[in-house]
Amino acid sequence: MKIRTEAGERHVLAVTVDNEAGILAKITGLFSARGYNIESLTVADISADHALSRITIVTSGPPAVIDQIIAQLDRLVPVHSVTDLADGGAHVEREIALVKVAGSGDKRIEALRMADVFRAKVVDTTLSSFIFEITGTSDKVDRFIALMRECGLVEVGRTGVVAIARGSEAL
Amino acid sequence: MTEMSGADMVVQALVDLGVDTVFGYPGGAVLPIYDTLFKHPTIKHILVRHEQAATHAAEGYARSTGKPGVVLVTSGPGATNAVTGITDALLDSIPMVVLTGQVPTTLIGTDAFQECDTVGITRHCTKHNYLVMDPDRLGPILHEAFYIATHGRPGPVVIDIPKNVQVATGTYSIPNRIDHKSYRPQVDPDADAIAAAVAMIAASERPIFYTGGGVINAGPDASAALRQLVALTGAPVTSTLMGLGAFPADDDKWLGMLGMHGTYEANMAMNRADLIIAVGARFDDRVTGRLDAFSPNSKKIHIDIDRSSINKIVPVDLAVVGDAGRALDALIAAWADKGHKARDLGEWWRRIDGWRATRCLDFPEKKEDGAEIMPQRAVKALFDATRGMDPIITTEVGQHQMWAAQHFHFDSPNRWLTSGGLGTMGYGFPAAVGAQIAHPDRLVICIAGEASLQMNIQEMGTVAQYRLPVKIFILNNQWMGMVRQWQELTYESRYSNSYSDSLPDFVKLADAYGWTGLRIDTLGELADGIQTMINTPGPVIVDCRVAQLANCFPMIPSGAAHTDMILQPNDIVGTMDDEAKALV
Repeated sequence: MKIRTEAGERHVLAVTVDNEAGILAKITGLFSARGYNIESLTVADISADHALSRITIVTSGPPAVIDQIIAQLDRLVPVHSVTDLADGGAHVEREIALVKVAGSGDKRIEALRMADVFRAKVVDTTLSSFIFEITGTSDKVDRFIALMRECGLVEVGRTGVVAIARGSEAL
Repeated sequence: MTEMSGADMVVQALVDLGVDTVFGYPGGAVLPIYDTLFKHPTIKHILVRHEQAATHAAEGYARSTGKPGVVLVTSGPGATNAVTGITDALLDSIPMVVLTGQVPTTLIGTDAFQECDTVGITRHCTKHNYLVMDPDRLGPILHEAFYIATHGRPGPVVIDIPKNVQVATGTYSIPNRIDHKSYRPQVDPDADAIAAAVAMIAASERPIFYTGGGVINAGPDASAALRQLVALTGAPVTSTLMGLGAFPADDDKWLGMLGMHGTYEANMAMNRADLIIAVGARFDDRVTGRLDAFSPNSKKIHIDIDRSSINKIVPVDLAVVGDAGRALDALIAAWADKGHKARDLGEWWRRIDGWRATRCLDFPEKKEDGAEIMPQRAVKALFDATRGMDPIITTEVGQHQMWAAQHFHFDSPNRWLTSGGLGTMGYGFPAAVGAQIAHPDRLVICIAGEASLQMNIQEMGTVAQYRLPVKIFILNNQWMGMVRQWQELTYESRYSNSYSDSLPDFVKLADAYGWTGLRIDTLGELADGIQTMINTPGPVIVDCRVAQLANCFPMIPSGAAHTDMILQPNDIVGTMDDEAKALV
């Protein structure tokens, strides 16, 4: 007997929640308990009085599963709103990565040259290393990191995706 | 706004919330609250013998009254023992508030004595939970917790209260009005959806109402509305295990329960219907059978208060989010508004009568006095003997539960208390304790299996202490019958660990606890034995010996369609493929 899994498309969900202890565990636990994917998850306080956090979740699944994920999130008591950014038309996604590259000679020069092409900033340097800061879509960050692997990549830190809908409306 | 200790605030909040009964068990981390409860003038504390039983008793109280059940237990093992009942309440949507003691805030996270991460452990088996770090928050949190437990889809809420928060003083405050900042369930159905639903019902040639626990949870008025709508439309009604009692079983529109052990007519009607009106039911796997064969040619309307129940398992054509009672009222109003008349469903009813003619609940039995008792007969005899007494029936989990669901009939809601979603063995007896506490003068009977009963049998002490006239009617077949049945069907009768070995003498056990114990061995003793049980004041345990190898039919084998019901024992195959074996 084979266990079947279903493929699906990528969705970015913006979830506004009470900024209280345990809320992140509640959300991630919901995903693990019900077998939903999390490709990336970011969370930070977004309100002046520190009462609300925004969680951005990148997930994937068939439309029915995405619909369930939204309904399941929405019924959690501390959840204020759930928005599928793919639903509302165009949105902007960004991710930051810090990329440490070590080496000397040609590879070092090539790393710096490619960083310039990708508009990555040098935020730290030693005689034998750089730390680049790159901002962009996850694809762009992926591509930059792939190139850096050829130029002495030693360490990567990524924030995960934050996203926001275009236009003048708020969630 | 009064200054008082945290423990006093907890009890004051319970009083202000109208709580009259708390089921619990003391321990180090809740001693301050227990001290406040000591000789409390209005709140009755029922001392159970195990915390799991406190939660099931609270469920029994809640299910039989419609009010939230309240539980008080200590930290660590007190909280972990309560987890099964909390999960049971989550799956069956039972309103419950569980107060757990916790080690002092200064010791949290140090692996202190009787410390466990209660909010962590219960995060995914509660509707919501709280850890209270400040006594000033106790009032607002308790009031909010009761609001959340009872509004929208009901469920259990845990409030974890560190011991120093119970001892410290603070200001008790009550929120003026609970206007929750984020939790606002939709109770009123959308008018357009109601109009669309009425049009679909009026146009249907083969409609069927498929109702569930949501109708019971919506209150007795919802059951009344269901009856009215059924009378208006002339459509047949079936119900889930949780929904029994919402529609009277003696009505000719009633098809019986559907699903795995439902009636042939209910399942066939679901399969052949052109419109299913699901009300407060959630298309559980016990109900649908094989999904790709579930009611293939019907349109489906789904009325549910929980949007996440809609399209979760079965895609529906029309979703109506809202309280079942309000939705039914709205349907009735819209039906009248449009001037609809009941359609002639004669052809549909003729087909249903054809399925009814299989008499799927009949069972083979010997009739002489000395014959062994068929378990179905025992349930039927119990039903006949208690007719007109409006009993409250609880069950444990297994074959006896399904036989009770098939052969005991209900005319009103809140009389049938059973563990549906979680299927918790050990539920029925403590649930009967809770129901009896809430209804001291009613006849409360736990229909039990000998195996399930032993999971919370220590509650005989609780019953003795409070002199509760609970009756336990054991269908004793000396097997974990449902496990044995599945082993017979699926594993060629290799009965791995399903025999109830070393059973106690239940009559002597009754004696040990100061109960009355009775044993019924033969068919000739059945009616008298039941009468003696009913007529004996105080608690009675009846050890009714029944046919050991009887199986529960009809049955949809796992992974099969509604149309593939096993009606009789000789339909059994004895093996299954791996796909079917993997289903529970």
